[in-house]
Amino acid sequence: MRAAAAALAALGLAVLLVPPLAQLDQQLVDLRSAGLPPSLAHPLGTDQVGRDVLLRSVYGLRVSFLVGLVAASASMVVGGLVGLAAGSLGGMPDRLLMRLVDGFTSVPHLLLGIFIVALFAPSPVAVVVSVGVTHWTTAARIVRSEVLSLRSRPFVEAAISGGASRSRVVRRHLLPHLAPHLLLAAVLMVPHAVWHETALSFLGLGLPPHLASLGNMINDGQRSLLAGDWWSSLVPGLFILVPTLALGVLAQHWRDRLTPRLRSELSL
Amino acid sequence: MRPAPDTGGTLPAPDRGRPGLGPTAPGTPPGPETGPESGGVKRAAPGTRPPRRPSDGLGRAIARLVAWRAAFAAPLLLAVTAGMFALAKASPFDPVRQYLGDRAVVTDPVVAERIRANWGLDRPVLEQYATWLGNLLRGDLGDSRSLHLPVGQVIAERLPWTLLATSAAIVLMLAGSLVAGTVAARRRGSLLDRLITGGALANEAAPVFWLGLLAISVFSVRLGWLPAGGLTDAASATVEFGDLAAHMVLPVTVLAVSQSSWLVLYVRESVVGVLREDFVTGARARGLRERTVLVRHALRSALLPFLTLLGARIPELVTGAILVETVFSWPGVASASVQAALAVDFPLLAALTLLGTLAVVGGNLLADIAYTIADPRVRTLGVG
Repeated sequence: MRAAAAALAALGLAVLLVPPLAQLDQQLVDLRSAGLPPSLAHPLGTDQVGRDVLLRSVYGLRVSFLVGLVAASASMVVGGLVGLAAGSLGGMPDRLLMRLVDGFTSVPHLLLGIFIVALFAPSPVAVVVSVGVTHWTTAARIVRSEVLSLRSRPFVEAAISGGASRSRVVRRHLLPHLAPHLLLAAVLMVPHAVWHETALSFLGLGLPPHLASLGNMINDGQRSLLAGDWWSSLVPGLFILVPTLALGVLAQHWRDRLTPRLRSELSL
Repeated sequence: MRPAPDTGGTLPAPDRGRPGLGPTAPGTPPGPETGPESGGVKRAAPGTRPPRRPSDGLGRAIARLVAWRAAFAAPLLLAVTAGMFALAKASPFDPVRQYLGDRAVVTDPVVAERIRANWGLDRPVLEQYATWLGNLLRGDLGDSRSLHLPVGQVIAERLPWTLLATSAAIVLMLAGSLVAGTVAARRRGSLLDRLITGGALANEAAPVFWLGLLAISVFSVRLGWLPAGGLTDAASATVEFGDLAAHMVLPVTVLAVSQSSWLVLYVRESVVGVLREDFVTGARARGLRERTVLVRHALRSALLPFLTLLGARIPELVTGAILVETVFSWPGVASASVQAALAVDFPLLAALTLLGTLAVVGGNLLADIAYTIADPRVRTLGVG
């Protein structure tokens, strides 16, 4: 828990502070120091054209995180609205919307993402759209099930019988209760979105190659892996693994706090 | 509650905080929330039918399930194809220009138009769609523009390799996760448990292509034990069993490991839950051996919902296969979809996307059929 928070804080600081303070240029090609193993000058080595792997990973995390954040927010907004509509309208609209969600989840995410990105040239926008299109269903399902459980609670029934309009019930009663769950889902979706971006970039279908994204770096390093340069492809992967894991641990604690009943059942 | 583990015992609460899995809804069947009670769509009031013996409803229950799923799958597949065509129409990409490549600059526009007409690209998109759909129904998937082969032939050549690798990975994943999860549950709180749980959580966070590169780096480059990729040695012209097996080890293991985190955690969670149930205490009180209690009583009743969950994980499996096949240059359909995407080969990419969707729908159906067979309550109660 503490270690997770510390790791996240350290990475966050690095992402925020390193780019303005860096002495080295992350795009600087230096063929004399190409493929160097980790040393004092380059703590995590250099890639096959002599760029510092640690520095570039921090930049890559920054790019991947930004793309992931935008994509996750987009899918949260779309999915949240669909889930809210389905849950609060009920009946036929609910059934239609949920069949739509089922349909979208039936197409494997990465395959749909690949399809979209292939037809629209590799760019941050295409990646964001591809992640948004494939991830909104998760948010829709969470929000709908929360709304359904909230709707049968006494305070909502009291508000409705008191003559509150549908929009007032949504604004004053549903949204405030949904907010923590939405936020938790959004936080958990960011690593998903980062993963998606990384996978697309790794396949050569994501962000343009000159951008220092983590997926691009792993893809670049893949070629020199067979020559023994493990650092240029494996180090960027750690920059995906560590924050994802740390965020997962923190989200778990948060979820336990949100649902005390679950916590007491688990600790029996 | 009857302490009768041989009929499946009780359903463990399947959703009791599966750690680290994120907010994925487990196994949502596309059917309506209240299953069709009799003969398809119409719902009869529950309890109007005389109770039947579990065995004679099985065939009918499965037939009903298949019919219901087919009724959902047909419009779904149609919608997927329509969506793909709409996306292709909206795309700024021009296949004729790509086909011509550098020659596009010097080619007479008349020739380019003739190619376009030849491919039927000048006709309205609805007409193109109808033609493509008609060909699809007749089994003609068109020609791959990048591989210059019929799409049907590409799939026929590559699908067996994908099926071989993924089925081997599924078997390995099931066996490994069952053992690891049960051991962790049995020794809950021990160092071993913490290692397994922590490992599963870390594994969940690791991208599968990174795991693949790590495996290549360790086992192929450093240790030199296993080949780094491909189906056979570059020198050999035929597929020999030993050679193939050596080339399969890394991709299959990486795919299995990358898919196993949720299963390990799930098995651990449900075995922990079931070990608290009365019938387990009863079995222990009767003096049964610990292994019998664990395997025959606890594990057996802990595993029912996991059949459905397994079906719901097919999309992840497809995703994993795409990445693993690409990392290890495995000549399957999944890596072909990446090649098709890089070459913007619409006929091949569309066919493979459809195939992936079909795999998901079919996998869910298989999981539900298995569930119907495994749990007698499903067919007697008619829960679709």
